[in-house]
This record gives sequence, C-alpha cells and structure tokens, in this order.
Amino acid sequence: MIRSLLTPDFLVKVDHQHCRRCKRCVLNCGFGALSFLDRVVADNSKCVACQRCVTFCPESAITVERNPLVFKGNDYWTANDIKSIYKQAEVGGMLLTGMGNDRPYGSYFDRMVLDACQVTNPSIDPLREPMELRTYLGSKPNTLEFEEPDGAVLTTRIGPQVALETPIIFAAMSYGAISLQAHKALARAAKRSGSLMNTGEGGLHKELYPYSDRIIVQVASGRFGVNQEYLDRGAAVEIKIGQGAKPGIGGHLPGEKVNQEVSQTRMIPEGTDALSPAPHHDIYSIEDLSQLIYALKEATRYTKPVGVKIAAVHNVAAIASGIARAGADFVYIDGFRGGTGSAPTMIRDNIGIPIEMAIAAVDDRLRREGIRNQVTLIAAGGIRNSGDVAKAIALGADLVAIGTAALLAMGCHLCQKCYTGNCSWGIATQRPELTRRLETEESAERLVNLLLGWSLELKEILGALGVNSIESLRGSRERLRGVGLNQVELDVLGIKSAGR
Amino acid sequence: MKGTFPRIPSGCSITGILNRKAKRFSGADVIKSIRLMHDRSNGLGGGFAGYGIYPQYKDHYAFHLLYNKEACQHETERFLEKSFIVDRSEPIPTRPHPRITDTPILWRYFLRVKPYVVEQFSGRRNERRPNRCLADDGYEEKNFVVQQVMEINQKIDGAFVASSGKNMGVFKGVGFPEDIGEFYRVEEYEGYMWTSHGRFPTNTPGWWGGAHPFTILDWSVVHNGEISSYGINRRYLEAFGYLCTLQTDTEVIAYLFDLLHRRQGLSLENTCLALSAPFWKEIDRYSEPKREAVTAIRQVYGSAMLNGPFSLVVGFTGGMIGITDRIKLRPLVCGQKDEVVYLSSEESAIREICPAPDRVWTIRAGEPIIVQLEEGVQP
Repeated sequence: MIRSLLTPDFLVKVDHQHCRRCKRCVLNCGFGALSFLDRVVADNSKCVACQRCVTFCPESAITVERNPLVFKGNDYWTANDIKSIYKQAEVGGMLLTGMGNDRPYGSYFDRMVLDACQVTNPSIDPLREPMELRTYLGSKPNTLEFEEPDGAVLTTRIGPQVALETPIIFAAMSYGAISLQAHKALARAAKRSGSLMNTGEGGLHKELYPYSDRIIVQVASGRFGVNQEYLDRGAAVEIKIGQGAKPGIGGHLPGEKVNQEVSQTRMIPEGTDALSPAPHHDIYSIEDLSQLIYALKEATRYTKPVGVKIAAVHNVAAIASGIARAGADFVYIDGFRGGTGSAPTMIRDNIGIPIEMAIAAVDDRLRREGIRNQVTLIAAGGIRNSGDVAKAIALGADLVAIGTAALLAMGCHLCQKCYTGNCSWGIATQRPELTRRLETEESAERLVNLLLGWSLELKEILGALGVNSIESLRGSRERLRGVGLNQVELDVLGIKSAGR
Repeated sequence: MKGTFPRIPSGCSITGILNRKAKRFSGADVIKSIRLMHDRSNGLGGGFAGYGIYPQYKDHYAFHLLYNKEACQHETERFLEKSFIVDRSEPIPTRPHPRITDTPILWRYFLRVKPYVVEQFSGRRNERRPNRCLADDGYEEKNFVVQQVMEINQKIDGAFVASSGKNMGVFKGVGFPEDIGEFYRVEEYEGYMWTSHGRFPTNTPGWWGGAHPFTILDWSVVHNGEISSYGINRRYLEAFGYLCTLQTDTEVIAYLFDLLHRRQGLSLENTCLALSAPFWKEIDRYSEPKREAVTAIRQVYGSAMLNGPFSLVVGFTGGMIGITDRIKLRPLVCGQKDEVVYLSSEESAIREICPAPDRVWTIRAGEPIIVQLEEGVQP
C-alpha cells in the first residue's frame, strides 16, 4: 500500500535559469516546502500556496500553480470531497481549516445594489461638504428628558459610549491565534483611526496597554487573561458566546503556541493546550448571561459598554432580542463567512446563516419590539469592501467588524492554514523566526490605510445617496434594491426588487 | 389611490405667514404670495393650511376628508361615529374652476371624542409618558386621534384625511396652488396663520392626497425638497405606531414633530436639533452643558434626523417653524413687518404681499426660525 493517496494541491515551479540561489525562498517558507541541496527543491505536498516565496524571490523565479492533476470529472463528488475522504481515511480525525467559509453559497451583498441621487435630490460632494461617519458604540435610551424650562440641560443619564470616527472596527482575533506583532499593529491602527480592536479570548499583552482606550476586551468561555486589570484596560467588554466560523463550538489553542508570552497573557501554564469550552460553564440560559453582563458591569462600575457576540444562526433575531433585554449594550453578530484561526471544516462550512439575512432579521425584530436603541448592532463575517460595509449598514447594522480583510491588509494570502501555526507571513503563528518578519509599524500603517480608503469610499457612497451622515443610511433599506432575489429573500432582507 | 405610486420626489415653492398678535386675515394674501412662484410648481399639486379659521368650533377636531367615491364616505362615517360625536358634517365649500378637474368628494367634520373611548384606548396602551408631557391633559386623546387617522388612511381604501387638527384645516389638491386656492374659496376664510405649497412632483401624476400640506393633529408641513433619509425615518416612526401610507417623504416630517415634541416632550428647539442636527465638528466646539445635550440628541435621535435637500415651514397651533437641511440645499427666506412674520422660498413672494418689510433675511443652514404668537396672545 502506498503511503498516501493524497496528491499535492499545488506545484511549486522554480525557474532555475533565473534563480540566483540566494535561498531566501527556503528561509521564507513557513511550511518547510522548500529546501536547498545544490539548488532549490520543492516538496509540493507541503505547499499551501501562501505565496510567501513568490513574493520574496528577488528574481521572480518562483510560481505556484494549482496541481493540474484532476480526478475524472464528477459534478457531485468534487476533488475536495475525495481528498477529504482520503485524508480522514488515513488519520481518522476531524478535518481542520482556517479563515472563513469558502463554499460557493453566493453572497447577498452581491445581489444588492445601492441608490444614488439624480436631479430631484442633489448628490453631495464629500470633497466640498462635511461628511460624517462618527458612530457611538453603546446603549441609547429611547427618549431624552431635559431640565425645565429652557430644555437645554440634559437630565437623562446616558450609558457609557465609545466614539468611533469610522463605522468599521477590527474583529476579535486573539493573541495566540495571531502574533503579538499583529495584535499590536491592530491596536495601533485602531488608535490612530479612531476605531477599535478586539483582544479575542487570548487576554491583553502588556505591550497593548497604551492603546487600551481603543480595545474591546473579550470574555470568552475559557476566561483566559480575564482579571480586574484586564477589564479596566478595555474601552468596552465583550462576552463571546459564539463565532461565525464555528457556532456552538469551543476553541483549542495547541500547547505549541503557548510560549512564555502567550502563557503570561492567557494566564495558563506554558506549553499547555488552551481549551475554550463550547458553552460558558456558567451560562446555560439567558438569565445566566444577564448575570454575567451585570457582573461585568459591576466590575467596571458601569463605565464601559458590555456586549455579547454571537454567531448568526437560524433563530438569531430572537436570541439578539433576548440579549438586548438581558442588559447588553451591544450585540455583535458574526455571519457564516466569518473567519477563524482554526475550526473543524464541516462546522465552518455547514453551520450558520449569511450575515446579510441576520442583520435584517435582528434589526427588524429589535425595532418591532421597540428596543433597537438599547443596543449597538455590530455585524461581521465576510465584509470584503466598503460596498459591503454600506450595504450592511443600510440593512440595519450600526458598525461592521473586519477580521479577514484586516489580516489581508497585513499580508495574509488566505491560504487557510492558520491552524498549523506555520504562517509564513508572521501573522497566525508564534514561531519567533516567523513572527519577527511582521513589522508592527508597517502593518499598522497598512491597516490605517485600509480604514482610510474604505472610509473615503463610504463618504463617496453617502454623497451619491445625497446624505451627509452615516445615521441617515443606517437601516435605510429604501436605498437598497435586490437583483435576482426571490420574493422571500427580498422580504427577509426588507428590500424591494430593482426596478421597483 | 393610496399606495399606487412609489414615493414621489418633488421640488416646490413654500410660503408661511403668521400674525403674532393672532389677528385674523383672509387667505387672499397667501394665494397672492404663492401665485408669484407659479414656475416653481408644475400644476400637479397645491395646498393651504389655515390656522384659526374655525373659531366657532375651536375645541373640535376639524377633519378634512378626501373620498374617491361615496362608498368610502359611508364607510369612513360609520368608522368615525364609533368613537366621535359628530357635531357638524358638511361638504367643504368649493367653486367650479376651469383648471381643477377630477375632484374627489371633499367633506369636513367637527368632532369630539366620546369620553369613554379615550379611557379604553389608554387602558390598552402601556406607554411611559415623559414628564414634560404630564401637563398635556389631552395627551391620550391626541394619541387616539392620531391612531384613528392612521387607521382611516391605511384601512379605508379611497379615503384620506387631509387634516385633523383643532381650529385649523387643510385645502389641497391637484392643480397650481393659486387655482386650488380659488377652487377652495380660501380667500373667504380668516386665520392668524397660513402656509401654502406649490408642487413640482417629478415622476408621477399628482393625486389629491399627495399634495402638501401634510398633517397630523394640528401639525402641518409644507416642504420643498426630498428626504433622502426617508427609509430610516419611516422605519423609526413605524416602531412608534405611525403608518406611512401616503408614499411621500414629507409625511414623515409631520409625524416626527408629533412624536418628538408632543409625545416625547422635546422642546421645539431640541426637536429641530434632532431633525436638522448640527455637524459633529460644531457640536465638539460647544461648551457644556450644551455639548452633552446636543451629543445626546444626535446619539438618541439619529434615525429621526432628516437628511437630503429640504426647506420646511411647519405650522402648529400658535406658531410656525422655518428650517432647512444642514447644508441648505433648498432656499428659505424670512421676513418681518410689525407683528407679521413671513417665510418663503423666495424674497419676491414676501415682497409681493408686503412691499416694505422691516427686515428680510436668508435663513442659515440648519438653524431653525421658530416664530410663535406674542406672549399672552391666545390663538
């Protein structure tokens, strides 16, 4: 019997005529796919197409190609299905993957179009007129009361708010899943852009303390790194119930990644696996969640918004409503395209619903119950560009969070091998020889650029829509039209068909 | 009729005249003023709101109704009689006019709410009443009237409430505003305040219900522009029980004033701050406590903010408000002569009826002009 039925996914081609044998590619490959004997030799089976060698070869002498070897064509049994079975037959384990659901489910973002002004209402030029993206994260009352008689002095006490200069924040990614360099870059960029980064469940490294007014600190089922100081260091606190890439599933950071720094930050022994249970072991119902929300509010003396992150699942609207009524200041919904450092492939690819549907359902439900103002609605899970941002906001989100897009900005090439800890780009790894290649300042600048570029585009979109403030787009589904959607989908999204 | 058309964007002319001593004057002036701006409308809609025109019925809700056919009238009257005492019911007087055709049945009713009805109604509701509204002893009665208007507009096909306030009424229809004025014999009424509108809808034949002013209770709105934030304003209002059945953006403005000022107790100034909010850049420069107050208004009432080009004249018992969008994409001029205050799209329309005003000035972007009767003067 042969060792493995698996054929390589990719072929590395080295142009030996142009190769100057500098071995840079060998050093750069985090997956050990390249070695040097008398010349560069590739082990194709190890290549994940992360493109690190391709990018860094000074002679452009390397190309990575999809292995043209095909199975006999079969529309039902895809190459992916066949290979997965070979893999599992060999090792008897769960298939793992990284990043978001990549299956061809399609995208509702791509089936919605935005409006623009022509003649009857003028569009607004953002280069000439003010254009406002400022958004406040936090619970708002439904009404305000003022001191008599002039009505200029507010008597209503508004809960804690975090001001954001753009409606785009960074999604939760833990130190441990990503490198400290990446974590710092996100924090630095959030601070400079007036946005927020999110610690994920891995605690807060001391080097991020200077950015604490721009950090959401997460409290997840493993409670890693959670203590009073951690809560005090956050601008907001997030209870993580679920994640779009793996709803209902816990987390597992392998011991190899738990080096001294990670161990200190997570407050667990070095080299031990960091296991996040699937549910919080103190939350088995909504009233338990409410207790944790208020415990965290008490601990932070009601000075910070406390919110809850859930994955978008079938009953998301009712769950979000329950969370709002349980006292949360924000609800973070992660759609089924949301990324992960590691998840069982079958979970990632088959569980959860599209974020577009989830936003629409939740926003509708909260409005119908008259509690929409009580929570800030954050949407995440597959936001690819500012067009997606605008559409998510028009459907009803207050803010969007970006994870994959932020990683891409730092150099990620979406090879989906985050769970291996071999990230050649120094992002999803703790190997010092790999992490040190991610330059914090340069990455921060790239992230700032990304937020700036998207914000400029959002302003252009608002200008075209003839409004000069993001709150006039928020929930304004009248400005969206569906293309190629059936009536049920249009109804769920609460939009009309194009042409209507 | 209702809901047949998609939302109707429009350009327009608007005018408002208020005598601050509450001296009543004929509607002839306002017709003359709006006539001058003939070219700002296209004959697909015009209308007037008169305040103080029914002194003999000043404590009655004056309902002006438009009916497509007699059947809707019967149905509506049966509906009204359930909850109201109808003290007077009559056709709205009109005169034949060569350019006003296809007129619906125009009828008005002077109504009192049956006493037990409000109790029943408020017993079914569970709305926490803001402190500032406690003084309003007609609070629940007005909520009930609003709900009745919504119900007629939504449920009775072919019936439409043009106005529902006390001691005020709206006269509107399809045609140039000056023709509509003549048709309704507006010059025969005397009021202390008049507003008017000439309409230029751009993508639909006009329909009578779609002409301005739009009203709820004694709020009336004439509007030049388009509310680009209509989608979210409408969804926001629906959460408070307002049904936007008329498919035009202007309707939300009247409801927003009713919600924010009457029901939630915001002062008129704060209501205007919510609807045409200052830019953050400006708010950040305010000193406390103003900064905190305006910041909170924007945070809480973001969905109520009106965005897009507009200039408005909002009428209510005892006063009117002139306001434009934050970057003033539509014109609005204010004039004053003794105790009379004028608001209009054009200065010429003010000078047409008041050749030598004491003052005329252009209103600044987003800054409301709130004019009320002089202190101690009763409407």
